[in-house]
Amino acid sequence: MSPAINPAITLAAGEASEHRPLIISLFAVFVAATLVITVWAGRQTKDAADFYAGGRQFTGFQNGLAVSGDYMSAASFLGIAGAIALFGYDGFLYSIGFLVAWLVALLLVAEPLRNSGRYTMGDVLAYRMRQRPVRTAAGTSTIVVSIFYLLAQMAGAGVLVSLLLGITSDGGKIGIVALVGVLMIVYVTIGGMKGTTWVQMVKAVLLIVGALLLTFLVLLKFHFNVSDLLGKAADNSGKGAAFLEPGLKYGATGTTKLDFISLGIALVLGTAGLPHILIRFYTVPTAKAARKSVIWAIGLIGAFYLMTLALGFGAAALIKPDEIIASNKAGNTAAPLLALHLGGVDSNWGAILLATISAVAFATILAVVAGLTLASSSSFAHDIYANVIKKGQASEKQEVNAARYATVGIGAVSILLGALARDLNVAGLVALAFAVAASANLPTILYSLFWKRFTTNGALWSIYGGLVTAVGLVLFSPVVSGKPTSMFPDADFHWFPLENPGIVSIPVGFLLGVVGTLLSKEEPDTMKYAELEVRSLTGTGAH
Amino acid sequence: MATETPPPAKEQHRLPSPEEFAEVQQSAEFGELRRSYRSFAFPLTVGFITWYLLYVLLSNYAGDFMGTKVVGNINMALVLGLAQFLTTFLIAWWYARRAATELDPRAEAIKSRMEAGA
Repeated sequence: MSPAINPAITLAAGEASEHRPLIISLFAVFVAATLVITVWAGRQTKDAADFYAGGRQFTGFQNGLAVSGDYMSAASFLGIAGAIALFGYDGFLYSIGFLVAWLVALLLVAEPLRNSGRYTMGDVLAYRMRQRPVRTAAGTSTIVVSIFYLLAQMAGAGVLVSLLLGITSDGGKIGIVALVGVLMIVYVTIGGMKGTTWVQMVKAVLLIVGALLLTFLVLLKFHFNVSDLLGKAADNSGKGAAFLEPGLKYGATGTTKLDFISLGIALVLGTAGLPHILIRFYTVPTAKAARKSVIWAIGLIGAFYLMTLALGFGAAALIKPDEIIASNKAGNTAAPLLALHLGGVDSNWGAILLATISAVAFATILAVVAGLTLASSSSFAHDIYANVIKKGQASEKQEVNAARYATVGIGAVSILLGALARDLNVAGLVALAFAVAASANLPTILYSLFWKRFTTNGALWSIYGGLVTAVGLVLFSPVVSGKPTSMFPDADFHWFPLENPGIVSIPVGFLLGVVGTLLSKEEPDTMKYAELEVRSLTGTGAH
Repeated sequence: MATETPPPAKEQHRLPSPEEFAEVQQSAEFGELRRSYRSFAFPLTVGFITWYLLYVLLSNYAGDFMGTKVVGNINMALVLGLAQFLTTFLIAWWYARRAATELDPRAEAIKSRMEAGA
């Protein structure tokens, strides 16, 4: 299983081991700082609103920073830069979809959600429905989406450290994945939403500064002439002008073109259905502050994605494509390799820059992983444990304790799955989470908020139908089996030709919501809808 | 964790009754707020999603057009991609401005009246 050893990589690893004390110190400083924050936040966490929603006292700007920190995951930093470095322009689609998607959250979801929910996405979905079935469904889809997303982050962590510390053994990579898992359990159980939010803010600043530094160095190399940078990238890639045009990854056949459309739809509709993003809007006091958070997030995330263009094309221009592939089949290490080359492969600066950027990427992964774990354990405790199992009779203390236990369970599951997914492109994996979120969550969120007739039955059909379709199609897609790049390359049970299921599963999710509603004899609860509508638009009675 | 201590006292507003919510939902004032929100947000959503899908389709099926050089090595594909960024920023700014002038004052008026119990 160990990848072919490439001279440049052994060089990198050799440099790295020479500077191992530095690298380990940088990692340790970040981990120590975040643990201090976590313990401090833990002391201030007194009730359920503190644990789930950070006390709802963050400002719009703070939360905007934290939202960016939560969103700019390893997929954005490592995955997109890698995809651009290998496939040129086609990698850029990710950035565009990931950014435009925020408008759906801004225009349709963030403010009504803030006004009508309390701790979880399930609060809004179940608002005017029968509580137990809808909360069970919402909790299930929250956990599935978050685990897909976690997988991607875990894969990124394994990849990074193998590059950095020269660990190529499977045991070593799995050890790192386990370490990430343990840290995230600590962050969430002790710090709750308050700790997680602060960790995300710190990480967002580090990531933006790191990306700015690399972007500056790349542009400096090309005397701030973007056209030269692009030209050099096209030449060095060996693909010529085609590298700068769409089609290199997705243009081969009619099927891959369809896959591109599928990916595009999943990206733009996924964000507003991601539970770990949605619960961030509960950390601010009002809908206006939630709006402000999104505006800040759009600015910060947009700026960051513009920089990933420079990173991806910079890597393509300065590093031979073989070297990128040899280091990681899916291109996930392009950004750290770029840092090494910008500093100089044989120089101390190269090693220092590599270590710094890798530490930033590691911080990125830890923060996102903590946010995801919090979202899924909150939903387990608040939706499933408190409202379904205990039928609303659990005390706050019991509920928060249930969330802590759930954190440990989810940590364990993601460590196991993360070990399996380590060779997949992290941006591709995250795109699957987006597809599942857009199919299972977004339809019900929108129908609940805006469609008077929508019923419990419709919600259940939409959530479960979207979820089963999306996950089922992934299971039988080339992502899992049938290709050398699959999770199980030696098996072949794929019959669905596309890697991303969105083009089928998203319409299915929307359609089933309508069909389930029209087929049920149940009358919608008009009084509850009046309450939800007035509350979601005005904030009357909001927590 | 001291989760058993009661939450700090936050401002408590009166929670209106279900009948009050139903009455407000039927009121002309709320109807105006809803119309003002939906007539802005819904068409705009359709608009930006269409524009985004157009871009995706052009990338797929209009390779020659997207490969047209604009300046140096900067081609149409890159320009249109960056245009997506620009329109996203502009729409976000436009919505925020419009929400502040058209939606917030109306929502605030309804909320304060309902919570005061008038």
